[in-house]
Amino acid sequence: MTDPDRLLSLLEAGLPGSAGRVRRWTNPGPSGQDALLVDPDAALEVALFLRDHPELQLDYCSNVTGVDWLPREVTESVTTTETVGGETKEVTKKVTRTEPGYLEAVYHLYSVALRHGPVILRLRAAGREAPAPLPSLTPVWRSAEFQEREIFDLYGISFSGHPDLRRLLLWDEFEGHPMRKDYVAPDEDGLPAIETAAAKGEANR
Amino acid sequence: MNLTRAAPWPAGTAPFADPGETELLELSLGPQHPSTHGVFRMNALLDGETVVRLQPVFGYLHRNHEQLAERMSYLASMPFTDRLDYFCSLTNNWAYALTVEKLAGLEVPERAEYLRVILAELTRLQNHTVFLGFLLGDMGAWGSVLMYGFRQRDAVLDLFEALTGSRMMCDYLRFGGCRCDLPPGWAAAARLVVDSYPGFLDEMEQLLTENEILRARTMGIGGVEAKRLVNAGVSGPLLRAAGLSHDLRKVDRYGIYDRFSFRIPLGEKGDVYDRLMIRLLEMRESLNILDSALRDLPEGPVINPQAKLRNFRPPAGEAYGRIESPKGELGFYLISDQSPQPYRYRVRPPSLINLTLLEEMCVGAKIADVMVILGSIDIVLGEVDR
Amino acid sequence: MTTMGTTDESLRQDLARRGVHVTSLESLYNWGRAHSLWPLQFGLACCAIEMIAATMARHDLARFGAEVFRPSPRQADLMIVAGTVTKKMAPMVVRLYNQMANPKYVIAMGACAISGGPFREGYNVLRGIDRYLPVDLYIPGCPPRPEALLHGVIRLQELIRGEKLSGPGRSRAADPAVPGEYPIPNYGPAGLRPPFNPDLWQPPSDPDAAPDDGSDAVTPRETTA
Repeated sequence: MTDPDRLLSLLEAGLPGSAGRVRRWTNPGPSGQDALLVDPDAALEVALFLRDHPELQLDYCSNVTGVDWLPREVTESVTTTETVGGETKEVTKKVTRTEPGYLEAVYHLYSVALRHGPVILRLRAAGREAPAPLPSLTPVWRSAEFQEREIFDLYGISFSGHPDLRRLLLWDEFEGHPMRKDYVAPDEDGLPAIETAAAKGEANR
Repeated sequence: MNLTRAAPWPAGTAPFADPGETELLELSLGPQHPSTHGVFRMNALLDGETVVRLQPVFGYLHRNHEQLAERMSYLASMPFTDRLDYFCSLTNNWAYALTVEKLAGLEVPERAEYLRVILAELTRLQNHTVFLGFLLGDMGAWGSVLMYGFRQRDAVLDLFEALTGSRMMCDYLRFGGCRCDLPPGWAAAARLVVDSYPGFLDEMEQLLTENEILRARTMGIGGVEAKRLVNAGVSGPLLRAAGLSHDLRKVDRYGIYDRFSFRIPLGEKGDVYDRLMIRLLEMRESLNILDSALRDLPEGPVINPQAKLRNFRPPAGEAYGRIESPKGELGFYLISDQSPQPYRYRVRPPSLINLTLLEEMCVGAKIADVMVILGSIDIVLGEVDR
Repeated sequence: MTTMGTTDESLRQDLARRGVHVTSLESLYNWGRAHSLWPLQFGLACCAIEMIAATMARHDLARFGAEVFRPSPRQADLMIVAGTVTKKMAPMVVRLYNQMANPKYVIAMGACAISGGPFREGYNVLRGIDRYLPVDLYIPGCPPRPEALLHGVIRLQELIRGEKLSGPGRSRAADPAVPGEYPIPNYGPAGLRPPFNPDLWQPPSDPDAAPDDGSDAVTPRETTA
């Protein structure tokens, strides 16, 4: 019951007009856990629908987490038709462009009543600049309360509609969001970082 | 200190003739407190001895596990998972290995699956054993029950040490299997421990279940109905104590749990007494699983020969895996970008999310019950704050 | 106060065989203190569990007179820093130390309390409690076994028995120039302010030559093998 296509058709039937606002996100890996990419404006509506639909009953929000996607350079081949000297021919060029980075909140939903899942919702904020607003799903699943606070603390996504949005783990005077990929902790004592095999990414048995 | 005016008593309910106005008292419990199970802190607002508000404060053991893991190889994070819930290193290992195996599509040989079940159930036994000791300590029975618990736990830790070289931080599981095979005589020693456990549990039940003080301190305390627990993401023994049959060993049937016959003990009211009894009964079921797993343990390799330990790069993609740890649903969420480090590494900590309803459980209770309720949730701060 | 130097050692042993014990006030005082250490009942992380295990039936810390764990710092004279000290927790640890009565001792138990250990590179992890507190004894391990803590307690007792109460080289508690309290760091925008107490700890001047083992600190120190 967690096939995204089936979910999308149920959503379209129950929430007319949601087709353009909820898309399928395909997982390239072998785990087969595909997700639904939900437009932030529609997230609350979609979440309530998924929770209360009798065939889905996704009553259990297991995991909520943030992901920081940095801007990245994408090189792709673009084929265009050009007319050179009255002759039309296809030209393939390598084009490099920069995809903007964004912050993402990922929700893993299960149904305790019907024992199926996971259904994965992905909400993408417009960019990486604070406050990076997204709607809070805590009114739908209370389990998101602390986890969304943690994302606010460590990633800097501000969840609108959250009952108590404060830093969860760090103190209030802390500046910055340390789980972001470009966060660098200030050097306090001039000691070099310990270069372990693990830190360099080499697996050691 | 911020003192807040209390609302006057509703008409006709005041316990004394001229109630006047009482002042609410703001009280900070922790982070150094003998019964907060580590460096947990609660800000309570009290009306006399009754809790009016209670806010948990986290982060005193936030040691950046997730960020460190995103900067090191997949395998190098394995010993760090030991230190999440430091009572249950082997179940943490299993949750992480299970997720990486999903991410990379790795199979696990049968013998390794059996070993994982045996070690996970031994972990559950020793976790619940010390849980009893700490919970009774929170009620004021400081010392004796904990001492019985630790004596029995040490028998299990000896098995872990003989197998993995460490009492607490086992670092034993590998992606696609286990690190090494059993040393000679280990299965027989494990059998001895398993056989000695029912006697210990009988002793504990005799000591605890009919105790008048324990019943008075636990019955009707801290109960929340199952539907709200589910909505708040509460999992594990707390959910089952409220009468909901939800155990991932049955729901997901991960590993080879479908081969064992065991029952799911269920409570009725979800109060502290039910939570305590659930743990006692769960230990008996774990013993049943251990009994058949030790009997049926097959021969064979303990690690998938295709599993790569060096330069391990799972294919791009993501996976969420979860297991029934002794505390509840322990999940890992990994995103791979084909580099040796995970792009995103997330732990879904049962201890943190089980605390979501702590305030609801405590409001209206006496301040002395707060520690008992907190003890019955069974948190470990290494996992709450990570 | 007299010192042992005034008593002939062979005469003292001879008298002891006859049931007459001659000692100095200093030795008696140190002997009493060494065998009634009251640790502060406070655990930070994983090491605290091994600390509890050390007090339980099998390892039985009571054999060495250090089993009376007190939850209040006012009643404790030994702080076992058992576990990772995060930057969020460090001010509380210093405050607890300040609240303890003199003479008081600090054991850094486990890799995290010594240097940050495996979590050293974390943005919220303090790289060793000796940046804010005078540590008397380091017990390495992750976590150290209960036996290691027992060994540490015995070494601390030896340290206390050798303490002088007056004159040059006297103990920290007997020296009025040594403070009994240390400044509590504040939360800053990215860490603690100040990042360390310069009276107790200084970064090694040449990081390549001097490993960060705290060997430049001013307090007497021991490390269990």
